[in-house]
Amino acid sequence: MITPEVTATATAPGRPRGGLVNVPKRFLPVIATFVVFVATFGVGSVRYEGFASGQVMANLFIDNAFLIVLAVGMTFVILTGGIDLSVGSVVALSTMIAASALQAGWPAWLVVVTVLATGSALGLAMGWVIHRFGVQPFIVTLAGMFLARGLCFVISVESVSIKDPAFRELATGSIELPGGVTITYGVVIALVTVLAAVYVLHLTRFGRTVYAVGGSESSARLMGLATTRVKVGVYVISGFCSALGGLLFSLYMLSGYSLHAVGMELDAIAAVVVGGSLLSGGVGFVIGSVVGVLVLGTIQTLISFEGTLSSWWTKIVIGALLLAFIALQRIIVRRT
Amino acid sequence: MTEPVVDMRGISVEFPGVKALQEVDFRLFPGEVHALMGENGAGKSTLIKALTGVHRIAAGEVRYAGERVSFSAPAEAQAAGISTVYQEVNLCGNLTVAENILLGREPRKLGRIDGKAMRARAAELLARIGLHIDPGSVLESHPIAVQQLVAIARAVAVDARVLVLDEPTSSLDADEVAELFRIIRVLRDEGVAVLFVTHFLEQVYEISDRMTVLRNGRLVGEHMTAALSRIDLVSAMLGREMGVLEEIERRSGTPGEPLLVAEGLGRKGSVAPFDLEIRKGEVVGLAGLLGSGRTEVARLLFGADKADSGRLLVDGKQVRLTGPRAAIEAGVAFSSEDRKAEGIVADLSVRDNLILAMQAARGWARPVPRKLADELVAKYIELLDIRPADPDRAVGNLSGGNQQKVLLARWLVTQPKLLILDEPTRGIDVGAKAQIQKVVADLAAEGMAVLFISAELEEVVRVSDRVVVMRDRQKVAELDGEVGVDDVMALIAGGGDHGVDQGVEKAVAS
Repeated sequence: MITPEVTATATAPGRPRGGLVNVPKRFLPVIATFVVFVATFGVGSVRYEGFASGQVMANLFIDNAFLIVLAVGMTFVILTGGIDLSVGSVVALSTMIAASALQAGWPAWLVVVTVLATGSALGLAMGWVIHRFGVQPFIVTLAGMFLARGLCFVISVESVSIKDPAFRELATGSIELPGGVTITYGVVIALVTVLAAVYVLHLTRFGRTVYAVGGSESSARLMGLATTRVKVGVYVISGFCSALGGLLFSLYMLSGYSLHAVGMELDAIAAVVVGGSLLSGGVGFVIGSVVGVLVLGTIQTLISFEGTLSSWWTKIVIGALLLAFIALQRIIVRRT
Repeated sequence: MTEPVVDMRGISVEFPGVKALQEVDFRLFPGEVHALMGENGAGKSTLIKALTGVHRIAAGEVRYAGERVSFSAPAEAQAAGISTVYQEVNLCGNLTVAENILLGREPRKLGRIDGKAMRARAAELLARIGLHIDPGSVLESHPIAVQQLVAIARAVAVDARVLVLDEPTSSLDADEVAELFRIIRVLRDEGVAVLFVTHFLEQVYEISDRMTVLRNGRLVGEHMTAALSRIDLVSAMLGREMGVLEEIERRSGTPGEPLLVAEGLGRKGSVAPFDLEIRKGEVVGLAGLLGSGRTEVARLLFGADKADSGRLLVDGKQVRLTGPRAAIEAGVAFSSEDRKAEGIVADLSVRDNLILAMQAARGWARPVPRKLADELVAKYIELLDIRPADPDRAVGNLSGGNQQKVLLARWLVTQPKLLILDEPTRGIDVGAKAQIQKVVADLAAEGMAVLFISAELEEVVRVSDRVVVMRDRQKVAELDGEVGVDDVMALIAGGGDHGVDQGVEKAVAS
């Protein structure tokens, strides 16, 4: 062809040279989150002796394993432009089912399967209602939130402690990493969940359709993609992750209680947003959400090291961070 | 002669209460670019949608590649080789170019997407249409024009035999259009049949081999592009409305001071910089085809879109229109062409609709007294002959013409200095049309400046003291005094050599 060739002007073809300067814009929020994480951790290391240790880092994962799993599920939902408010209540319901079923003498494996199935089924039901009746996800999952929380009280209003030896062993057992750092099995489960999520989101048709639906649902449908399956599927995934997070939480607390994890859905949403996902959908990474959880965890650790500060300062700092990130995203979006 | 790849015979499409298409014949040959022409509501989109399986066909048959077909969904048509690229880019901006081209049919290896193979395949398809961009880059990072071309790459990725382009150029500038046309020619030479819909006459004459003209859901004719002059095309598209309407008496009053002066006002991608002067007591008509920029001019003057060049003077003072509120404060009122979406509040009563703009002007702290509201409502119901004359009836229950009158009354209540009317008579009956035209004339006689936009040339010419002609987003002429429909039509058609008489050429101001 003897015609002039078009080259796009916005991004130069080929990979950018010159290192950090030319990072694709979509990675910016994640990088910003990572910088915030390093900075907060750095502040802690400078101010407090013993903060910059491997074990403090490992504790971040141990104390937040359940939140990481929740944030992974929430990332799927938010990527499609939806929201899932039920996750905190489903965590509580999961701890309740697990604790009371174990008390009733069920084998541990059956308890695990039951809890995961319940969470997934709740997610499926909510996703189906959202799709079938075209209702706002906010309202449907709000209903799911009340439903799950109410079911907890139907099982028991008291806290039920877990005495099952298998569960106790899982909860207290630890894996030693090189350097004398120990982590729990919960951390391993959380990290496996993260890896699985990354694989699904980036290397399967389902995952790419999640991004496509979030980018433009009508376009995705016109392109002949399986939008229905994806829109319902993400709530199943979120429900499954909530149940899994609930199991990790019951390992962490070794009890089931109706008032566990009150407001945890908001922590999960905050982690996802701080991690750089757009609430309008289509933009974000699971890794970002994980770093978002770590940022929240680090702030909590900082405040506990400070000792004199009230733990409510965590909420204040998280609030400020959320605002900052939403502003940052608006700026990035407007530039495109 | 070769066989047509698409042959539609006697196609009728009906929507509840409306015959959108009536017995339309349409043929599309391989290796040709075929333009589908017609004004808004002529049935172009309906015909395309009847072909691609979006709309059900009430009568007639569609033959595709010699076989009788009836697609029930766009996906079926696409699988058979009929790809459509819509006016808005229907892709996902947040994904990469390669993904957008191959989404839903990505090459896979052991169940997982093979990113490398996907980028390679995408690069191949992009190369076919001569577009050299990084397939791994995010679609959003490219200009709309490139995104449009990526949409075409996706459309031809399935070995399309028919490519439907529904107004692909409406958001492109001249260079980008040239690039699109180059690609269309490449595909045409490969034997793809291209169906092209646009409102830009220049482009039709540049790219198309053959055209089909529709008007009001009926076939007007099929022509070789080379054999149909612009003036004939425009008159085929617009038709002629016979003199059903009563003559409006020309006001003898002389227009007063300039009320609004626009100097070099423009907005990139919307309308080219233009000069415009509207004097008190004058009706200025704005004529042009749909998409010529006539509505865009109105939106700029009202501050609904922000101008990025030029300045605007109202009453000799420069004003900065930061939005409609600023415009209303400056005394400008704008009655939108889309009265359902941007005009009336269907569930509120006639009275409430009428005083809405007035209330906005007074501020929430000073409610409009009931007595004043009743007086005003009674006055305008009588003045405009709104029927039924019941101030408590919900506006949604009124006929289109009466809804338009309520909308007009709402702005008149605020006593604007300049009234912009965008298609005030579209879709309303002849009687109401005449009434509205008369009101416009009376208002001007009382000293109000009016900018009157309409697709109907006869109406524009009859109502206006001066007519500004728009073509391809540019102001091409300003005609003073007694102008004829033919003169305006010639200017709208453009090209200059199709019988524009001398008098008109002298009157061309810019």
